[in-house]
Amino acid sequence: MRYHQVVVVGGGLAGLRAALELNKRNVKVAVVSKVHPLRSHSVEAQGGINASLGNHPRGSHDSPELHAFDTVKGSDYLADQKAALRLTEDAPKRVREMEHWGVPFSRTPDGKIAQRPFGGAGFPRTCFASDKTGHVLLHTLFEQCVKYEQASERGEMVIYDEQIVTGLVVDEGVCHGVIVWNFQTGEIDVIKSEAVIFATGGAGRIFGKTTNALVSTGLGMAIPYWGGVPIKDFEFVQFHPTTLFGTNILMTEGARGEGGFLLNNEGERFLANYDDSSKAMEVAPRDIVARNMTREIDEGRGFEDEYLHLDLRHLGREKILERLPGIRDLAMKFVHVDPIEAPIPVQPGMHYTMGGIDTDETGASRVPGFYAAGECGCVSVHGANRLGGNSMLETIVYGAIAGDSAAQFVLDGGSGKVPDEKIFDDAKNRELARLEGMFNGGNENPADIKDELESTMNRKCWVFREENTLQEGIEKIEELRERYKNITLNSSGLRLNFDLLWALELGGNLTMAEVMIKGAARRKESRGSQFRTDYPTRDDAKWLEHTLAYYAQDGPRFEASDVDLSIWEPKERKY
Amino acid sequence: MSEVTFKILRYDPKTDKKPHVEQFKVPTKSGMTVLDGLYYIQEHLDGSLAFRSSCRAGVCGSCAMHINGTYRLACETQISALNSATIKVRPMAHLPVMKDLFVDMDPFWEKFKHIKPYLIPGDEPAEKERLQTTDERAHLDRIIDCILCGACFASCTVNNYDEEYLGPAALLKAQRFFSDSRDAAIEERMDLVDGEHGVWRCHTIFNCQEVCPKEIDITGSIAVLKRNMVANRWSPSLKKQ
Repeated sequence: MRYHQVVVVGGGLAGLRAALELNKRNVKVAVVSKVHPLRSHSVEAQGGINASLGNHPRGSHDSPELHAFDTVKGSDYLADQKAALRLTEDAPKRVREMEHWGVPFSRTPDGKIAQRPFGGAGFPRTCFASDKTGHVLLHTLFEQCVKYEQASERGEMVIYDEQIVTGLVVDEGVCHGVIVWNFQTGEIDVIKSEAVIFATGGAGRIFGKTTNALVSTGLGMAIPYWGGVPIKDFEFVQFHPTTLFGTNILMTEGARGEGGFLLNNEGERFLANYDDSSKAMEVAPRDIVARNMTREIDEGRGFEDEYLHLDLRHLGREKILERLPGIRDLAMKFVHVDPIEAPIPVQPGMHYTMGGIDTDETGASRVPGFYAAGECGCVSVHGANRLGGNSMLETIVYGAIAGDSAAQFVLDGGSGKVPDEKIFDDAKNRELARLEGMFNGGNENPADIKDELESTMNRKCWVFREENTLQEGIEKIEELRERYKNITLNSSGLRLNFDLLWALELGGNLTMAEVMIKGAARRKESRGSQFRTDYPTRDDAKWLEHTLAYYAQDGPRFEASDVDLSIWEPKERKY
Repeated sequence: MSEVTFKILRYDPKTDKKPHVEQFKVPTKSGMTVLDGLYYIQEHLDGSLAFRSSCRAGVCGSCAMHINGTYRLACETQISALNSATIKVRPMAHLPVMKDLFVDMDPFWEKFKHIKPYLIPGDEPAEKERLQTTDERAHLDRIIDCILCGACFASCTVNNYDEEYLGPAALLKAQRFFSDSRDAAIEERMDLVDGEHGVWRCHTIFNCQEVCPKEIDITGSIAVLKRNMVANRWSPSLKKQ
């Protein structure tokens, strides 16, 4: 058994930022990541990170309050307002800190961090490094971790990569550590700790059509959920308007921020024809643009009934090469289209889970010693719809906050409960038995279940939702949940066994898909990203509340919790 | 439906005496990538096949491997572009095979860490951001695109006979910090890349550059690094060129 004061699970932006904060406070920390940190999905983020730096002439009046208001309005008033304000108040110092650590941000003519327009803000607020912002942020945070791994003046920091956390050690409602599957050696081990921070990212792979990396599955949320931590607001899924037709690889919102057009098969900028996007046009918030694109395609004005055009040609070669080289490269490699010469085929795709592991404003969950940060968590700062540029911001702001509060928790003596050493052996043995049990199944190929899950979520829990199709989806997912009990694996052993890994990930996906679709069916209103054709308006009287889902064997048990509305009165959301 | 034959070099050092090639017939469809093909094999034909992947969009650097004659990222290599009924796949060279296409990347990361791959500024941070002109920032274009996939390292023939050679990726990373107006550790990092296993070991073979999936001018960057070191240490008249 290993021991570290704090274990951070996940090596993306939120996890590494939390680890650096713990290290700064001389708390012994281990990062456990199922892939090498640089392979985390954070690396795919493109367009930028919001902070009210006021570096652009049109945004010189910007402030944390304006940024917070835009965030809350964008959330369709489901964000907790003080948490959103904390996000935006910390934004300038966290973004500048990343610059101090070496992030090569693009620059203004006077040498400051450059900012571009993104949806939901009236002026440029999004800091960027061409269209590879996630790549440079993640590489820089990893570089800082390498620095402090070696630095003798600070406490111990270790990164265990290609080790997979498969369970928590929870005793009498307190978290005491994690169970780790060392993928390279096949060993099952326990890491005992005073606190655990989950920073495992989103769950896009519940869906087939997603911008998310293959590693972004529901397992990271399902593990605490199975352990008794509730999941908040999981019905809210962001569909990104512009994902590449065929692979659903992200085409940054920055492409529209820089002036790109969305066109239908008549060559028309159709967003002008819809009330909610006619003013902001291509930089209207993502939920609105994704819906209007879906309507356009459904009504026969798409191409091949599948996609629309993202036209950048008028931006000119120079601007595309300077500001959008990454998506040009992707378009050329994956659909053989050079955006300098021709429009890019795009369609809405699953992009982000606004909901996740329920935490408070310090990143703490309801289970003492268990914290979450980044996309897997839900404070909530994004409510029912996240603004572009706020996700990477959340990772570094709330990553640091979760690290700081876990450090404080540990330095104050932790939970005060001293666990019996036996619980660690028991947890390890239970996990070994569970994993070995997976080799004695029936005749279901997990790949078939995965395909059916993806197509079910693509069809039944998509941009537009209604009772009948949601119920059909629920039936199907319950069927898949049963069939999953009879999967067969055709590769044995625990060392480098991808067959087993993907089966575990699938189990997490099935659990989280059920939480999502049942939450969507339960919430009988339209708010932010959740649009119910049978309940097409927002209903504050009944539904201005967070959804909480607790694990139960026959499916989630739902409760509600209050939304913090202490700063701004909810109003109709108009752009 | 058409199909291709994957010929994969397989090896599990725990159980196999030596590597062997296995063949798999894989049905193809439009837009299908080599990574899609590997997943088809893992999900439907042989679950024991080991390979890394994550982003499937050519940006995370997980899936560099040798495909039909050269190093490429499996995720961004479309089968149709290979124009061949046979897809030959083997793992990266110069890194120990752990299983099949899954190699031990530790030697690669050790070299990366050796050059102090982080900004070492000479001053205390400003209250706001450090200023950097757009011209200064332009020196970092392309060089910061490196995804540390290891394709350059695997392709470099110098690694054949000098296991301690730092290799193209680590040297490129050093040059990334030399090129950054905010970094001040010039002497310190020059010491780290100096020596017989350092920058001078590069023989300007251009393999790294040919295989780089991000089309970075790696060989050129190493050449600039050499030139700057000569200028800095032995020939001040060359400075600022």
